[in-house]
Amino acid sequence: MSNSTENLPKELFEPVSTDHMNNEVIAKPQLSFAKDAWLRVRKNKGAIISAVILLFIFIMAIIGPYLSQYDPYAQDVTKANLPPKIPVIENLGIFDGTQDINGEKSDIYKNKNVQEYYWFGTDSLGRDLFSRVWLGTRVSLYIALLAALIDMIIGVAYGLVSGFKGGRVDNVMQRILEIISGIPNLIVVILMLLILKPGIMSITIAMVITGWIGMARVVRGQVLKLKDQEYILASKTLGARNIRLLIKHLLPNLSGVIIINTMFTIPSAIFFEAFLSFIGIGLQAPEASLGTLIEDGYQTFQFLPHLMIIPCIVICIILISFNLIGDGIRDAFDPKMRD
Amino acid sequence: MAKYLTQRIIYMIITLFIIASLTFFLMKFLPGTPFQNEEKLTEEQRIILDEKYGLDDPLPVQYANYMINIAKGDLGVSFQYDNQPVSSLLLKRIGPSLTLGFQAMFIGTIIGIMLGVLAALFQNTWIDYGSTFLAVLGKSIPSFVFAALLQYYIGVKLEWLPVASWNGFSYSIMPTIALAIFPIATAARFMRTELIEVFSSDYITLAKAKGNSRTEVAIKHAIRNALIPLITVLGPMAVSLMTGSMVIEQIFSIPGIGEQFVKSIQTNDFPIIMGTTIFFAFLLVVIILIVDILYGIIDPRIRLAGGDKHE
Amino acid sequence: MGKKILEVNDLHISFHTFAGEVQAIRGVDFDLYEGETLAIVGESGSGKSVTTKSIMKLLPKHNSEIKSGKIIFQDKDIVQATEKQMQKIRGKDISMIFQDPMTSLNPTMTIGKQIMEPLIKHGNFKKSEARKQTLKLLDLVGIPKPKIRIKQYPHQFSGGMRQRVVIAIALACAPKILIADEPTTALDVTIQGQILELMKDLQQQIETSIIFITHDLGVVANVADRVAVMYGGKIVEVGTVDEIFYNPQHPYTWGLISSMPSLDGMDDELYVIPGSPPDLLKPPKGDAFAPRNRYAMQIDLEKEPPMFKVSDTHYAATWLLHPNAPKVEPPQNIQDRMQKFSKGAY
Repeated sequence: MSNSTENLPKELFEPVSTDHMNNEVIAKPQLSFAKDAWLRVRKNKGAIISAVILLFIFIMAIIGPYLSQYDPYAQDVTKANLPPKIPVIENLGIFDGTQDINGEKSDIYKNKNVQEYYWFGTDSLGRDLFSRVWLGTRVSLYIALLAALIDMIIGVAYGLVSGFKGGRVDNVMQRILEIISGIPNLIVVILMLLILKPGIMSITIAMVITGWIGMARVVRGQVLKLKDQEYILASKTLGARNIRLLIKHLLPNLSGVIIINTMFTIPSAIFFEAFLSFIGIGLQAPEASLGTLIEDGYQTFQFLPHLMIIPCIVICIILISFNLIGDGIRDAFDPKMRD
Repeated sequence: MAKYLTQRIIYMIITLFIIASLTFFLMKFLPGTPFQNEEKLTEEQRIILDEKYGLDDPLPVQYANYMINIAKGDLGVSFQYDNQPVSSLLLKRIGPSLTLGFQAMFIGTIIGIMLGVLAALFQNTWIDYGSTFLAVLGKSIPSFVFAALLQYYIGVKLEWLPVASWNGFSYSIMPTIALAIFPIATAARFMRTELIEVFSSDYITLAKAKGNSRTEVAIKHAIRNALIPLITVLGPMAVSLMTGSMVIEQIFSIPGIGEQFVKSIQTNDFPIIMGTTIFFAFLLVVIILIVDILYGIIDPRIRLAGGDKHE
Repeated sequence: MGKKILEVNDLHISFHTFAGEVQAIRGVDFDLYEGETLAIVGESGSGKSVTTKSIMKLLPKHNSEIKSGKIIFQDKDIVQATEKQMQKIRGKDISMIFQDPMTSLNPTMTIGKQIMEPLIKHGNFKKSEARKQTLKLLDLVGIPKPKIRIKQYPHQFSGGMRQRVVIAIALACAPKILIADEPTTALDVTIQGQILELMKDLQQQIETSIIFITHDLGVVANVADRVAVMYGGKIVEVGTVDEIFYNPQHPYTWGLISSMPSLDGMDDELYVIPGSPPDLLKPPKGDAFAPRNRYAMQIDLEKEPPMFKVSDTHYAATWLLHPNAPKVEPPQNIQDRMQKFSKGAY
């Protein structure tokens, strides 16, 4: 077998000193948890595209109402119920301000003698839908983010204390949680909204009352798992105080579950707000949220479908994007799903 | 098991008690009674009405009466619907709601399981991506948005199915589909994740090592093990169906409990709101209990709690 | 030595991960003879399990790939075999025992059904016959009260008992080759001994060949006829048990043997091989072991060593065996062992 190698030069068989080879170097570079997760998220095209779309929607929610020259609250009955009309694109035969009436196309803008362009059309009171949609998006996102933030704070605090203290405290806190979670959140929210004055704050509060429970559960579970691990024990033996343990060691390791959970509470809050507005106990006119816009549009959608379809599309895009990002992050953080 | 069951039932009763109390006191703080809005009523007539409905008793008395009546199954009488008892109003309307709920749950779970199994079997192929995408859509799109769009395109534009009302099976198709998208999405996602995890377990490798084909492994070994935990999502599914049914029934004008509930919210009909709330809560708590018991019966491991796993 | 039953030739296997292509197996050759036990030893990540899983073609399809090589069993190349053909081989001619008995049984199927499955599949047993045969098998692997046990679920069995069940499944069709992937690692030491005894005993009765994967050299000495040492996706030394234990040639084998705790060397500190296994994402150019080898030569960094013949049964892949290589002194304890070997007094 060694025939082909017999005439190798002798110099090659000089021993080499092993000093220059650092034996303790770890051959494979270790990725930090967050970096590893990021590498995985980055591979998930759906999540990245969703993030870009969401960013765009966030920007539009901030600047959108100012892009159009019309006040979202200004009513002008002479310009009511106009279909969408967008310059340039109108030449393609869509968004050209025409509408099918009894099978015939007629230019509503011409009929009503309107010179301006309303990109998304107007509602029955002549308000500009474009600025109202982005205003509504702003309100919906605001409510959802606020609710998710409060859920997160309460849930994390409750879960941390419950899991970390353990024993009797944990037992009592768990029983309380069990009972609260037995109450269907929909019912609590509806009851709360019946007594609170409808508005952004009351909707947020109503949703938070039961919303934090999921987070509390997940955080407690994770704390229980982490608590017994060596490094926490090591830190304890070294005399670290509880507060320090919580902040330095537990919180960073909880970040994964907290982020994932929040990514799923945001869309469910958006859905809930829309749902409440749709059954008529959410925000009240003239305030706009995606839910109230859909509800308004639904009243007349057989004749003016754009009033409902446009806010529907926006809310669907937001919800799908959040869910895809949530999935992406969850898969990235969850080592069980690795392949 | 018996101890566990007793404990669960006690919690159930506490939960229901809290919900009933909460409902009662919240309703008492509500601004406005249905009679305040009636301009034509004189002060005298209003007092008579208040007396008739027991609205002038001291709060503790009202509360005690209310709780005793609930325990007896009496949920009071409606303000709006000609003094009919709430319980009989609920009973009258439960038919369409249950039909719709069961159809959606049944169809949704079965389609969801099939989608999830396909996605897991053909992991990382277009079948998987398609099924996963459908599941994300189903989870993301609010059922009322989907229902309204269905109604517009299939009912109004294409005229394939009746737009609204409740007059036989064909009337239930669209609302069932609209309600089913969430169960489909939930079951599909759950099944896929669960199956993929099962497929990576040692006992599946062993099943393959015995000479089983892919299909045999999936049917004999994997799907059964993945199906068992699916029972746990039936509870949340039922919650979402109840939420969904309110708007879906409203959109399709279905004479169910949800539609009546929404209407009574809009007309301040307290007894119906309170009665329906308690009824929904009762239903949910019972469903969740049944699901837990079912899980214990089906999974042979549950009896021996916590067999430790080695990694 | 009996007839050759399995032949693995120049096998290359890669895994496609998101970090890149991991060359887990980089040219593995070995033969298996009838009735023998071949132990494959190495650190975790050396490619032991991958090699054996490839023999049954059980590697995950979506991220692994047999790049080249042959696995000849009964004059057929398993690498080229279709899934259908493999299904006839698996469980009948080649079967497998896994590391962790706690996870290798289906939790929702009775023990009896799980053992009967291969019998009905390959043995053309009717259901009632299969049941009888299953009772016999349970008895054979030392499970008391088989009539009751046959109806029970895995969670009602202890770890050792479960491993006996797994062995019963594996041996149900009297396979020609049994692959045991660290079958005792997850068990208590006392149970370990029992399981090893059982396997030796059954091997004699059924006359099967065993490929025994382990990282525990103590177990190897106990069960194996021949030993193959794997490192970095390659076999670096192969020989009979005596040759490997008393006349090892590869510095890695020296390290492995030195790091084995021994009863007579109580005062010695336990030897540790410095460094860590190579990154198979970027396999080194020369000898994969060179960075951890204190006998490394210039050539080790440039060229992979071929297999040098030591005896008819003993080969090792190290440049130290090249005629031009300087003579090196193995560690003291290895020299002691070699001395015993040359005297024939081991």
